[in-house]
Amino acid sequence: MSNPTLERNETPGSEPEVARLPWHRNEDVRRLGALLLVGLAVALMTGPSGNRDHPTTGFSGSWFHPRVLVFLLAAVVIAGLMSLYDRARAGAGNRNPLAPIAAPITAVRDRMTSQPLLRYGVYAAILLFAVFYPQSLSPFWQRVLVDQIGIYVLLALGLNIVVGLAGLLDLGYIAFFAIGSYTTAYFTGKLPVTPPFTLTPFEVVPIAILATLLAGVLLGGPTLRLRGDYLAIVTLGFGEIVRILAVNGDAFFGHNVTNGPRGAFGIPHPAVHLLGINYEWTLSSLPYYYLLLVLVIALLIAFNRLENSRVGRAWTAIREDEVAAAASGVPTVKYKLMAFAIGASTSGFAGVLYASKVGFISPDNFLLLFSILVLTMVIFGGMGSLPGVVLGAAVLQWLPQELRGKVPAEDRYIYFGALLILMMIFRPQGLLPSRRRSREIKLSEEGIGGADSLGSASGASGSAS
Amino acid sequence: MCFTSQFWQLTVAGLAIGSLYALIALGYTLVYGVLQLINFAHSEVFMAGGFGGLFLVRALVGSSSPSGAASVLITTAGILGGAAAGAVTAFVLERTAYRPLRRRGAPRLAYLISAIGASLFLMNLAGKEFGRLAIPMPQIYQSGTVFKLFGAPVSTNQLVIAGAGVVMLIGLDRLVAKTRLGQGIRAVAQDAETASLMGVDINKVITMTFIIGGLLGGAAGFLYGLVFNVQFNMGFLPGIKAFTAAVLGGIGNVRGAVLGGLVLGLVENYGVACANSSYRDIIAFMILVLVLLVRPSGILGERLGRSA
Repeated sequence: MSNPTLERNETPGSEPEVARLPWHRNEDVRRLGALLLVGLAVALMTGPSGNRDHPTTGFSGSWFHPRVLVFLLAAVVIAGLMSLYDRARAGAGNRNPLAPIAAPITAVRDRMTSQPLLRYGVYAAILLFAVFYPQSLSPFWQRVLVDQIGIYVLLALGLNIVVGLAGLLDLGYIAFFAIGSYTTAYFTGKLPVTPPFTLTPFEVVPIAILATLLAGVLLGGPTLRLRGDYLAIVTLGFGEIVRILAVNGDAFFGHNVTNGPRGAFGIPHPAVHLLGINYEWTLSSLPYYYLLLVLVIALLIAFNRLENSRVGRAWTAIREDEVAAAASGVPTVKYKLMAFAIGASTSGFAGVLYASKVGFISPDNFLLLFSILVLTMVIFGGMGSLPGVVLGAAVLQWLPQELRGKVPAEDRYIYFGALLILMMIFRPQGLLPSRRRSREIKLSEEGIGGADSLGSASGASGSAS
Repeated sequence: MCFTSQFWQLTVAGLAIGSLYALIALGYTLVYGVLQLINFAHSEVFMAGGFGGLFLVRALVGSSSPSGAASVLITTAGILGGAAAGAVTAFVLERTAYRPLRRRGAPRLAYLISAIGASLFLMNLAGKEFGRLAIPMPQIYQSGTVFKLFGAPVSTNQLVIAGAGVVMLIGLDRLVAKTRLGQGIRAVAQDAETASLMGVDINKVITMTFIIGGLLGGAAGFLYGLVFNVQFNMGFLPGIKAFTAAVLGGIGNVRGAVLGGLVLGLVENYGVACANSSYRDIIAFMILVLVLLVRPSGILGERLGRSA
């Protein structure tokens, strides 16, 4: 934890100046202290659980147990290594602890930009891997690949438009997923209310997209005119409202609309009957995987083009300086609304696929936690970076399955919470950052422009360093 | 109208829950005043207060059934315990989720995300340590009708909540208006940069603001636990509603938060009398969207020494 004013004002030869600080202001000591506290927190996170009758079991089993020494020792070792590392680099350059991991990937990406042949080679290799590798997986992992990873990659790609490109925070993203799923259940006749006509899941897609687009506009319309952080809390509330409506929808003014907590089941699998092609998806996961693969690739291409289009440039302009963008004639509210609605409809689309793959939906599929989960994926991978977002979703959905049985399922949200904080402190641009976004964040930290669409930067947060 | 038949009963209940919303809303408003950021993890400060008060009271009550002076003492201890737990949580929160970002001057989106992360972390850590089931508060006193207000019974619970709430609200109002710290808070809210040039230690003011918000929110958590239960996710809905209250009254405005909390509590109770009670939680949200549509600066306007 450096003291910026000291560092900035001093010439290289002023080492004794720093050394004269009282011991508790010493950077190495402070870091050791912080890391020891982090060690205690990690010991608690990974320790035994308590319950309501034994609320101290978890604490005593974590802190008054020999295993805490491992964490404290690790903290001391890491603090020592970091101090040595700082001495070696003499305070110059990037002190980012995650940088060594990401540096080789970034290097490959840099070369990919300049050499198209290499670029297409890498794409082809990834595609071949994505096509053939899943065939060697067990049915369990094939199902994980579709239900957990594939659907969430779609969701994360949609949220990336909102958070990554437009710089808005949407915390009720899963509500649009719910709307998409319930629309599917309704039009396939699996809700207690009878639809005017029944459709197949593929035919529901445009309706679901339209419905979620509309919901997005209705929700974003009033809120996006205001300071951006209102959007976060309004969407947070909206996500919960949609779930409450779904839970209580079995007695909606005396009518059973949503079947309540039991949800809808028997939603048909998708099928194609077009131009002589007749294909039906069934229980097996692999065909869905290929369907999702095609859709994800299509979305990747579309979103990549969108990002570099007039619309994408408008989003960038709004993110970097909203006032300047508005002054240059960019209709900011319109473009923010557009991003919000595109994100919402992607989520709705994913909802249709999910409902028809799994065949069963209930309000429990649409908890607030899942909105935050998708957000974590986008942040972890890298806001605004398409490969990053795909990677983030894949890693964060694969890891819990891999650790299944070793870590209690509910505990994973503790780790996700910690991950969000750590990413914001050490690597806000994500694992595979978009070049533009990392530059923006860096500039914004130096006080030039913003890196989000949350309105003008506040006085205290900018200057109270 | 549908709520006229039980008007006074609904009013009493509404004012009681409203003063809780007001206490929590103050945490949002104070932090918003100095940082212009919504503290998404404030609901977890509230939750921590619930657990802090619960465990303290549980230890004090033991297997006895207190009455008279013992009840008063234990209730006070519970409120203080909740407030202390809330303050500690808020302090840790500021140190881990906010200060490292502030030191770097991170974009505002980063603060919102790290606060969400802290909220997720704290909520699920509490779930891990204390179990995920609802825990009832031990019986500190026999809650019954104390007196009748226009024919509506006022229960001990409601009296305790409203009484504690009023004391804390007045205390805070005086603190912000009269003390040196209050002056600092107002100065930072008005213009942080100028305040720091005038010798206000911004970091200290921000830390103290978090702690004050934590004291109020933590106490509210205990009071909430007296009536409802204590649970790891108890903070979410009151958090959203209190935020609504803060916006309703004018975010950044101390008296506005109090007014907003009371109005929200009343409207919610009247609304429940008109519609199904399972839609209680939707009412606050409707109000939030309506306020943002019609008067985003709230009833009293946004102001904590600031005229924006």
